[in-house]
Amino acid sequence: MIGVENLSVAIHGTPILRGVSLQIAPGEVFGLVGESGSGKSMTALALMGLLPEGAEAGGEILIDGRDLMRNSEPDWCRVRGNDIGMIFQEPMTALNPVRTIGDQVAETLTIHGAAEPRAALEIARDRLDRVGLSHIGMDAYPHELSGGQRQRVCIAAAIALHPRLLIADEPTTALDVTTQAQILDLLSALVEEEGMGLLLITHDLGVVAGMADRIAVMRQGEIVETGPTAQVMAERNHPYTRALLAASSHVPERAAAQRPDPLLQVEDVRREYPGRREGFRRGPPIVAVDGVSFTLHEGESLGLVGESGCGKSTLTRAILGLDPVQGGDIRLFGRSIVPQMPREMRAGIQVVFQDPYGSFNPRWKVDRIVAEPFHLLDAPPRGSERHDRVAEALTAVHLSPDDMAKYPHEFSGGQRQRIAIARALITRPRIILLDEAVSALDVSVRARILDLLAELQDGFGLSYLFVSHDLTVVRAITDRVMVMQDGRFVETGETEAVFNDPQHEYTRALLAAAPRLDLAS
Amino acid sequence: MRRLPPALLIGAALSAAFLAIAALSLVWTPHSVTGVSISERLQPPSAQYVLGTDQLGRDLASMLMVGAQTSIAVALIAVGIGIALGVPLGLAAAATRGSLLDEIIMRGNDLIFAFPSLVIAILITARYGPSATNAILAIGIFNIPVFARVARGGALPLWTLDYILAARTAGKGRVRISVEHILPNILNLLIVQATIQFSLGILAEAALSYVGLGAQPPVPSWGRMLAEAQTMIYSHPMLAILPGLAIVLMVLGLNLMGDGLRDALDPRLRRRRA
Repeated sequence: MIGVENLSVAIHGTPILRGVSLQIAPGEVFGLVGESGSGKSMTALALMGLLPEGAEAGGEILIDGRDLMRNSEPDWCRVRGNDIGMIFQEPMTALNPVRTIGDQVAETLTIHGAAEPRAALEIARDRLDRVGLSHIGMDAYPHELSGGQRQRVCIAAAIALHPRLLIADEPTTALDVTTQAQILDLLSALVEEEGMGLLLITHDLGVVAGMADRIAVMRQGEIVETGPTAQVMAERNHPYTRALLAASSHVPERAAAQRPDPLLQVEDVRREYPGRREGFRRGPPIVAVDGVSFTLHEGESLGLVGESGCGKSTLTRAILGLDPVQGGDIRLFGRSIVPQMPREMRAGIQVVFQDPYGSFNPRWKVDRIVAEPFHLLDAPPRGSERHDRVAEALTAVHLSPDDMAKYPHEFSGGQRQRIAIARALITRPRIILLDEAVSALDVSVRARILDLLAELQDGFGLSYLFVSHDLTVVRAITDRVMVMQDGRFVETGETEAVFNDPQHEYTRALLAAAPRLDLAS
Repeated sequence: MRRLPPALLIGAALSAAFLAIAALSLVWTPHSVTGVSISERLQPPSAQYVLGTDQLGRDLASMLMVGAQTSIAVALIAVGIGIALGVPLGLAAAATRGSLLDEIIMRGNDLIFAFPSLVIAILITARYGPSATNAILAIGIFNIPVFARVARGGALPLWTLDYILAARTAGKGRVRISVEHILPNILNLLIVQATIQFSLGILAEAALSYVGLGAQPPVPSWGRMLAEAQTMIYSHPMLAILPGLAIVLMVLGLNLMGDGLRDALDPRLRRRRA
């Protein structure tokens, strides 16, 4: 048994964890669920003896009844990798870009003196085969692999010494749904074969519902509810568990009336990138969007779904008139925006991006940020009128007009996304493009932003093009959906029809891979 | 208020002291630096001549004060040239990344980099004769690619950020985005680079006057004072030590200030210290 007993951690006097206890048995998958800041990653770091500087810990860290809390750093080094392995969210930064994957897996073995360098490489090969990379050479570098393959390398290194516990901190958050399903399958199989425990840390209830034996729900540094997965999911004793589950499958109420007038018509659009440079020549162009057509009607909410690299972002940028298209036509409000979007038309189509941290110039105050699209108007409002318009936009997204004088870093992720929506609203556009606009948010925040979007659609008569990889969200907020793969639409139709009865095999694969809450019951 | 790094305080104090001395020399010096008086030559420090006199009987303290003025003026204008031309070029290159313009600007930079400022100074001097103006030009030209590279390097990652995309959807052109969004966010890089280039400019000016390509007599300059003292280094070492010390302290002060500013302005370093 590995676990923590009554663990508390404070950093510079601020309590981060309070009385956290959990035990993980060999061969068991333990799911630790919570939103950002709940302390789930800090629990994992405590288990690895990797608490940040300035942290004071109390309680016990137990491996087979032995307390490691007072371990010295050299003692911890023997535990890490040997007894406990760990994998992280971002497999690209978890691997050293200038060393081959074979070296990096073998390193775990040689550091712990478990094998001579030559033997270590052989074991590394064996471990890489085990995680499904038998077709990849030992001398491959991380950048040559896909995200899923990199995460497999991390797993191979983490299990090289057959640890008794594997900690996986958001192991699939950065991956596409189909890749996520494969990685989770691999982890399940490894738990069974190796008889090791798995501490699976995630914000996604769907992920743990499908594979954890027991779960614990964390909030503000405390475990609020714990027990066998099926039981917790069914009973939901703590109000926070109920709120979390409700938020994960939240469907906003939508009352917007649709009219059949086409606002945006995309006809056979083709988007190419220049090919890779080969000496002084360029290779054949890379086709990112390959002849797609669709129409967005007034008051409609249209979903665009696909995995990373399918061309949905490229298509988005073409529609916004940011990049030229190499073929086809895009008509906005009946006027063609190819090859160049007339400036005055930009006011009618605005965008909200994914990253609530990179969306604003950190040196600008909120009023200047929100008012930036006024640049599009021939006679931008000035003085008190400008002030009133910004205040109006902030009020519309349920922020206070007093927030105008603040800098973006003074807001939480959800509030920043509200600022981004206010900026998109300021020119009173008819279309708002939402590019993964809720993907980086916690589920409860996401639910409130979805409510806000539904409310604004009704109030301002907006049409949405909702671009996302998240099927649950797309299902909740769209009327029609388009599924994109390799630059083409493979399936389009009414959202409910597509989700209930997918016609194309890729749509079926996507839906099958998506984590589902109902699997636990 | 968080504590400023000590390097920044020491560097700023040294630099400010030299700036003050140079400014003072504009209106007052203990003695005239053009007044040659052979009878007073090579005097030891005294109440009349605080640091003594040189081989032509000029007051060494006054020479050093006016020399600071020469050094700072040359380096400052040279940095100004570098910023005024280099930063717009770098911003333009970043804004048109991968285009022919970007290619022309950056290859032009490489070309200038291939000539050390001393070689450029010799080229200019060969054509127009030695003077402080030509020293400024030579050092200034060398500063252009430095600032162009720093500006481009700082701007490139910013161009991929969402707030730049948002500005483009707000209909703003590349020039406007460069000025409103990019420039304020690379200002810290530029300030740090400017202090470093300023100190390099002081050194370069000293080197150029040392070989006789900088400010011409009778305008005093630290580099030429060193050169003239060379022949008397064993009999009157102070004549060489004092201008040498002035150069070292000024450059040290600016470098410390540059390092300190980098620490104070870099948000990543700032967070680590907090």
